Amino acid sequence: MNFQALFQPKTMAVIGVSLNNDQHPANVVFNKNHLRYPVKVSAVNPKGGSLQGEPVFKRISDIPQKIDLAVIAARADHVPEILSQCIAAGVGGAAVISGGFAETGRTDLQDALVSMARKADFPFIGPNCLGIYAPTIVDSFFLPIERMVRPDPGNVAVVSQSGGILVDQMLKFKEEGIGLSLGVSIGNKAMVREIDLLKYLEKDPATKVIAFYVEGFAKGEGRDFVLAASRCPKPVIVIKSGKTPGGSRAVSSHTASLAGDYEVFSQVLAQMGVVEARDELELISFCESLSCYQKPVEGKIGIITGSGGHGAMAVDVCSAHGLLVPGLETREQEKIREDLSRSIKTIASLGNPIDLTGSAVDEDFVSTARHLSTIPEIDCVLMLLLPYLPGITSDLGARLSSIYQKEGKALIAYVPHVEKFRMLIEGFELNGVPVSHSIEAAVLMAEALRRCQPC
Amino acid sequence: MLKKEITEILEASRQNGWVLEPDAKALLRSYGIGVPRFVCAVGMEEALQFVLEHGFPVVAKIVSPKILHKSDVGGVVPGIESDEQLHDTWERFSKMEAFAGMLVEEMGFGRELMIGAKVDEQFGPIILFGMGGTEVEIYRDTVLRMAPLQEKDVSSMIKNLKAHQLLEGFRGSKPVNKEALTKALLAFSDLVMDVHESIESIDLNPVLCSPEKCVVADARIMLRKPD
Repeated sequence: MNFQALFQPKTMAVIGVSLNNDQHPANVVFNKNHLRYPVKVSAVNPKGGSLQGEPVFKRISDIPQKIDLAVIAARADHVPEILSQCIAAGVGGAAVISGGFAETGRTDLQDALVSMARKADFPFIGPNCLGIYAPTIVDSFFLPIERMVRPDPGNVAVVSQSGGILVDQMLKFKEEGIGLSLGVSIGNKAMVREIDLLKYLEKDPATKVIAFYVEGFAKGEGRDFVLAASRCPKPVIVIKSGKTPGGSRAVSSHTASLAGDYEVFSQVLAQMGVVEARDELELISFCESLSCYQKPVEGKIGIITGSGGHGAMAVDVCSAHGLLVPGLETREQEKIREDLSRSIKTIASLGNPIDLTGSAVDEDFVSTARHLSTIPEIDCVLMLLLPYLPGITSDLGARLSSIYQKEGKALIAYVPHVEKFRMLIEGFELNGVPVSHSIEAAVLMAEALRRCQPC
Repeated sequence: MLKKEITEILEASRQNGWVLEPDAKALLRSYGIGVPRFVCAVGMEEALQFVLEHGFPVVAKIVSPKILHKSDVGGVVPGIESDEQLHDTWERFSKMEAFAGMLVEEMGFGRELMIGAKVDEQFGPIILFGMGGTEVEIYRDTVLRMAPLQEKDVSSMIKNLKAHQLLEGFRGSKPVNKEALTKALLAFSDLVMDVHESIESIDLNPVLCSPEKCVVADARIMLRKPD
């Protein structure tokens, strides 16, 4: 399947626009692309007429230029006919937004779409979905643009069976400063399924991390998916809903009762080095961390902070996650101490967690981080920063980020996410270092780097 | 390709929906998986002959296509020490439903582990390994992997058990034979890959692992129901 036309369309048709209802999903899609995106968009309705001063074409074949992407938002029983017209007109692919297929029992309609599309090797997303959000390129979501919270373009792709979950994750990406390369809501995934998009995204140069929200796989499909994901050189993150079985089935074997659907799902993912996010906080933290670092770590954490309490809390969370916080040898501690400013030289505790105290200044954090970044006992540095300490300036984020750029050892920051610390936060984020809004999330970011390898 | 012997066992068991223990053990043995020495006695003379050759103690188990859960009906008698006891057991078993014989086997010793398989709807054949015994569902100390297993999967399965220290040797107890355990798991994985289209699940529980060897003390193979 060739997805180029779907995800990087230059021309697009919105089929099923209303001539008198501007709230109609097709009209919302037409309007936002017409006004906000470089894609050349045409409207289609069998009645013809005009919309926003643009002509409405009666049939897709009436549009003079070749169409890359068709967004279909007509009533379900019309969709097979529309799809066949798209194929005949040489359209590159479609997103079928309309509902009323397998999810309402009309598997016949859905099967008709699939058999037609298969025969023509015509990729279509959906039905019953929001479709495609390709930042700065195209947006098939029927959500008014002013209502959406759109993340910046970036390197994380999200594929979701649920449109609602995708839109919500996009909002959280924006909040946490995570960039999106592509968002696809696949709905009933009648033809284009997770594994197809995994294979496309594996080769997509804009994507470095691939995240999936999965409700379930078809028979044998989970196996193919994890095998493909284990061969993918980019980190693959999966969050699954429906973890608890609906009712308890009587099982006649111990194995069947011990190896429930979710237990199998979770452990097979780990076996294959696919990162399972168990909840939303993990999903967001993993996406942010893996968007910056794709190299796995063993999980030997060095903690640097200006507050003893934060160091102690972080150690507890690390240990709950099975991450090590190895103590530093006296020799190493002495080397770190040599470079500290005079006011903290005698009061800083350097065992790991390293507490530079409330009197530390930027230079102390920088020299300590540089030191930890060069010793093999540590493979990931957690920097817990409290910007209300007087010695810390807004420049510290950018300065610490440059240590990662030079030494290549993963650095993860915690900075309270309030507006007045924004420049410090962006100093990290815009320079490729992930910043969490809690100690727990910072540890999860480290955990992601440990989990992105076969267990 | 299934070996002829395996196909025959599976075919013969299809009517019951599961494989009788002596057949299951024969199948395991054909893959090089250790089982205790046993005889499936259809007459008392065979049982006596077995103890004459191998001595006491032995365990006796009911063989009946109608009795899947043997212990629930008193169909398992461990620690038999005499001809008399063996005889009484035979008498009792022979009155049970659909009596087809008495399995007499040597008593095994070692840490009780469990090896299992199931064919998962989404992920296909899956192997389970963990602490075994009758209380597995209480402790739930098990690890799952997609088959076929590689050697690195086996070491990760052992390492990921909560009770893995018990296998490494704990407070004076000797470690179990890791090499034998690994061999058993890999051989079991081969078996599962060969028969996964015919089965629903397999329980080898307990698998008795000692510093010397690992043997499967009980085996239950549930066959896939016809579509």
